[in-house]
Amino acid sequence: MQTLIALVLVAILVPPAAAETIYVSNEQDNTVAVVDGATMTLQAVIDVGRRPRGMALSVDKKSLFVAEGDDNRIDVVDLAKRQVVGQLPSGADPEFFVVHPDGKRLFVANENDNLVSVVNIAGAKIIGTVDVGVEPEGMAVSADGRAVACTSETTSMVHLIDAATLELIDNLLVDTRPRAAAFSVDGKQLWVSSEIRGTVTVFDTATRAQTGKVEFEVPGIRREGVQAVGIEMSRDGATAYVALGPANRIAEVDTKTFTVRRLYLVGQRPWHVALSDDQKQLISANGNSGDISFIDLENQEVAKSLPVGRGPWGVVIGP
Amino acid sequence: MAISNIQLGLLDLSQTRLALAFVGLLAIAVPAHAEPQTMVIGYLGEQRKLPLALWPLDEAVTDDGLQGARMGIADDAGTGRFLGQQFRLQERVLKPGEAPAEAVNAFAAAGITFVVADLNGAQLLQASSAPGAEQMTLFNSRDPDDGLRQEDCRRNVLHTIPSRAMLADALAQYLVWKRWQHWFLLTGPHPGDVAMAAAFRRAATRFGAQITIDKPWTFRPANGRVDTGHVTLQTEIPAATQVGDYDVLVVADEADEFGAYLEGRTALPRTVAGTQGLVATGWSAVDEEWGATQLQDRFHKQSGRWMLPSDYAAWLAVRSIGEAATRLHSLDPTAIAKYLRSDDFLLAGFKGQGLSFRPWDGQMRQPILIAGPRLLVSSSPQPGFLHQRTPLDTLGIDLEESTCKL
Repeated sequence: MQTLIALVLVAILVPPAAAETIYVSNEQDNTVAVVDGATMTLQAVIDVGRRPRGMALSVDKKSLFVAEGDDNRIDVVDLAKRQVVGQLPSGADPEFFVVHPDGKRLFVANENDNLVSVVNIAGAKIIGTVDVGVEPEGMAVSADGRAVACTSETTSMVHLIDAATLELIDNLLVDTRPRAAAFSVDGKQLWVSSEIRGTVTVFDTATRAQTGKVEFEVPGIRREGVQAVGIEMSRDGATAYVALGPANRIAEVDTKTFTVRRLYLVGQRPWHVALSDDQKQLISANGNSGDISFIDLENQEVAKSLPVGRGPWGVVIGP
Repeated sequence: MAISNIQLGLLDLSQTRLALAFVGLLAIAVPAHAEPQTMVIGYLGEQRKLPLALWPLDEAVTDDGLQGARMGIADDAGTGRFLGQQFRLQERVLKPGEAPAEAVNAFAAAGITFVVADLNGAQLLQASSAPGAEQMTLFNSRDPDDGLRQEDCRRNVLHTIPSRAMLADALAQYLVWKRWQHWFLLTGPHPGDVAMAAAFRRAATRFGAQITIDKPWTFRPANGRVDTGHVTLQTEIPAATQVGDYDVLVVADEADEFGAYLEGRTALPRTVAGTQGLVATGWSAVDEEWGATQLQDRFHKQSGRWMLPSDYAAWLAVRSIGEAATRLHSLDPTAIAKYLRSDDFLLAGFKGQGLSFRPWDGQMRQPILIAGPRLLVSSSPQPGFLHQRTPLDTLGIDLEESTCKL
């Protein structure tokens, strides 16, 4: 009886881990790995098109969109069935895209065509394109849906697009070979990572003035080995997490001071990172070691690595 | 979300330049240009004799190098159109035997200060000594000769094509990493072959490989593409490779006269590496890593053929100028020439890390691809080869051994 009471107490005192599911695109395996967030175990592997990289959830969180770079399309995965149930056009060579908050449109970077394509999800049609710089890559959309940002790698710029009119609002020079872009939660800042320079440039979205620059130093690793790629913003706006590619680290950055609070050693060549809904766990997709790292942010330690396939690239957390 | 002046800021592409002049003041301190400025870059090439095609799939290429420079201009324009900077290529191809000085002086008279010198070493030295070249920067995009980086180095020359020492070091690191440490070195008769063999010997010593057999190739070059041409080769090559044991046959045949025939015909069943087989090269059409897919696709769309190492080197030269102009927000040639040689310069060259110029001899540091005929095999420097400055300086002539006096 005492044991039973103890068990009940434990059950009351320890809230169950959030029932979250982690989706990881494996660009060399042409699969999406499905990982249970609570048990940190691999649940399923979904076959998708060739070279899957960018991913995003639908607004209702029932579908996962997966960009298939070598198939020039976006696959629609039904998360209940765990299989591809449809396809969307994307324009040539889609690498990264965002779902607009209106839930109706995708903004897709077409790396080979120097375009951003706008896709109507319901109609499965490309409804507009925007000319940007050479090799568009990173995409971001502001929370209010007014602005879309696209980085172009060879042009070294971030292009701000008016999501309603599809006009270019501005083109801002950033450091060499920009990869990811991310708006701050309040929409007042735009963060852009540079792979070759290994920096993040921060802009004020109202004035478009550069307001900050984050530099990364990793002890024992030379400048060319520290490359900034994926960015994830915490919901409270206080922290940004930046994947440092071949430096095998994730940097935790203070968004007020633009300084690095700490570095987490993860698997090899982390591309992208995602935060759990409770903001207590960060997952990195590690391209060269074929695994994901679970970072326990409360205890500030890497809790586990889990093999998920070859070439993990994108990571998305869903219900 | 507060893009407060979003409505005010709406502009179409045709107005972008004005918008940028405005934004420049606010955001990136770009000097406001009422009119776009133009940088004219010179391309100086020479007509070359077409090499003997070894097999029916070989394409006859007459514009290698030039197409790379042209694509560099297109890529420079990508950023330039947003910054009010325009780039144009002034092309000049020398006839066989024509000296380069007159063309260089004509470039100088037209105000050109950066020239892609797609020339052999002797022509390059003449070009760099022309009166017009005094205030120029020439980019050697063709000749891998180490002498041009050593005793024959020039203050007004940068090198974007890797040197023979870099190629040999890159291959040696890979072979040593594979523990294929015993080499059979087979060297062709031409000066380039002999120089390449010297670079392989130097690399073997540096990285702990042993050349257990060192032989010249003494057969006359023959056209294998005659009917039953394989019969001759099938008897010649086993005879030429009838030697003691070794791990890998390293071939120095820059003229591509016999190296390609070795694979599958050697007396012992061994891998062929060097100038044929597993090659060390600045660029290869088989590479699609580090975003190279886009560069390869763009190049093929432009020129209708695959990108060659000389195209890549010319592209690097033109892109270096563009990158410097972007970072400086200026087309001032003096500032660009200085910035190219500074510690801050870093070019994205689709090889996974930033590229820069060595201050002691003007050579561009770069990873070297190890490529098979159909697939990329590796990229050097290899893991574990360390250096006090950057692992890239494990390839080629290092500061401490440089005899270059700029």
